[in-house]
Amino acid sequence: MIAIQLTNTRAWLEAHQRLVLAAAAITAIAYPFVVKPYILSLGIEVLIFAIFAMSLDLLLGYTGLPSFGHAAFFGLGAYIVAYMTSRNELALGLTDNLLLALPVVLLATALVAVVVGFFALRTSGIYFLMITLAFAQMLFSIAIRWSSVTGGSDGLTGVPRPALGLGGFTYAFESRESFYFLVLGLFLTVWLLLRRIVSSPFGMTLRGIRENEQRMRALGYNTFRYKTAAFALAGMFASVSGLLLAQYFWHAAPQNLYWAMSGQVLIMLVVGGTGTLTGPILGAALMRLLPNFASTYTDRWQTLLGLVLIMFVLFAPKGIVGVLRGGRKQP
Amino acid sequence: MDTLIIQFLNGLVFSMLLFVMAAGLSLIFGQMNVINLAHGSFYMLGGYVGLSTVRLLDSFWLALMIAPLAVGALGVAIEYLLLRRLYGTHRHLDQVLFTFGLALIAADLIRWNWGAYVVSVPAPPLLQGQVPFFGIQFPLYRLSLIGFGLIIAMLLWIFIERTRIGAIVRAGVSDARMVSGLGINIQLVFAGVFALGTALAALAGVIGAPVHSLYPGLDFEILILTLVVVVVGGLGTLKGAFFGSLVIGMADTFGKAFLPEFALFIIFAVMAMVLLLRPSGLFGLKAS
Repeated sequence: MIAIQLTNTRAWLEAHQRLVLAAAAITAIAYPFVVKPYILSLGIEVLIFAIFAMSLDLLLGYTGLPSFGHAAFFGLGAYIVAYMTSRNELALGLTDNLLLALPVVLLATALVAVVVGFFALRTSGIYFLMITLAFAQMLFSIAIRWSSVTGGSDGLTGVPRPALGLGGFTYAFESRESFYFLVLGLFLTVWLLLRRIVSSPFGMTLRGIRENEQRMRALGYNTFRYKTAAFALAGMFASVSGLLLAQYFWHAAPQNLYWAMSGQVLIMLVVGGTGTLTGPILGAALMRLLPNFASTYTDRWQTLLGLVLIMFVLFAPKGIVGVLRGGRKQP
Repeated sequence: MDTLIIQFLNGLVFSMLLFVMAAGLSLIFGQMNVINLAHGSFYMLGGYVGLSTVRLLDSFWLALMIAPLAVGALGVAIEYLLLRRLYGTHRHLDQVLFTFGLALIAADLIRWNWGAYVVSVPAPPLLQGQVPFFGIQFPLYRLSLIGFGLIIAMLLWIFIERTRIGAIVRAGVSDARMVSGLGINIQLVFAGVFALGTALAALAGVIGAPVHSLYPGLDFEILILTLVVVVVGGLGTLKGAFFGSLVIGMADTFGKAFLPEFALFIIFAVMAMVLLLRPSGLFGLKAS
């Protein structure tokens, strides 16, 4: 019964797409001016984690590569931007200008992803999962131990909010409201890019690899290269979210690299629904908002998190999106 | 020279501990294709149950029996009630996520019940103190751990290779459906193997507690190292678990002693080398 009603709602939403889009745009623009600062903060976090979860979906949902170390790239983004902007002795001249910092972060993560992928992508399934996990933990241990560069267990603090500088023009995203619009803009960019990617011939090849890699190889595709590209892209998008988180909280922390972070984003994805772009957004929203409400009633948040995960795995393996779609077959 | 001998012995001690862990993880994987991310949680739970037993009954030897039995029983319950619903060809990730959920719950409940501080379990009185060993003094308890690990390895080897049940387990590793087609209750074998694996983890937790203490976060520390061991050694074989443990136990101990900032880096480098040369591990049965 609920499924039928939801299907009707969905049909209505599809029929009035323009109206829905306009409403969403107005809500998104008015949001920072009508809600309390605390709620605005939550909204920013949800958007940042939605980027992170979508990036993992490119790997897990579309290419079928279950990474349990995606926090490595999230943390890399955070640490690289923190190191460039808060360590003056480096004197790279790459201050807080996003137009300079972002390409450096993207390039660096892509390089790391290609090197790690060279080893990890020789395997698949459970082996891939274990190797990505071990790699992320290795980065975590370096972040903890190599304190002269990484700040040890305190991480790097004093990360400035970014600015946009082009020629003589500079704009700093100092206030929370302006930073919200930066995050929103990047979120939309990543979302649109990923939409293009997953429906492009490249994306179709990735789905082919997910379904049957051997067949794709027999068809003449160099699947290793496609997987490397997917791994690098997913890492780059994840580094964008890490960069934003570090700049939002003025802080790059070892926890950004920790397995718990990889696990959290994996849970977001599974709870939301893999293989769709809506799923990770819904999952990020739910998993970021739930602790705020749950903490009013219980201290055992982590137990609740584990139970939610187990419930979804046992009873709704296709996540929220799967539940909303009801009996409808997934394309 | 003395440091080298001491580090070598420490490496052996740690290798044996890792072996008991890795044997359980590898056994479960080989039999039911499940990577148990709660394996470190069973280790920690075993350690804490052992701690409570020592506190209540004042006997390390009772702890050595009670903790594996209790945790093994918990393992059977989890396998029978929940994990069983997730068997199937396309549900590997679901199984992993399920055990991840278990690990989250276990870590939280353990912290709730036993507190978030470091606690240590004293070695049994019989094995306390130092003994001379090739010109150095080495703790007797650690030395006896090496022997204990070797005994466990021997018993497991006899059980897997020389008994009828072991033959069924080995057959299950090769082809579980075929075994079940021959009229053997494979579900029972699965439950038994899961119980044995979790009991081994708990055993490692008890014997490891006097050396490594118990604290929140230990579960994932030990899990990561165990995963690296089985990747290096190869999943699904006892031999792989044994030699993988030796390689990683030594690499970790010597790395921590001589290059403390990059100990985990060394381990990862070893793993990368092995993967490059032998993608299914040193003694792996199944290519991925």
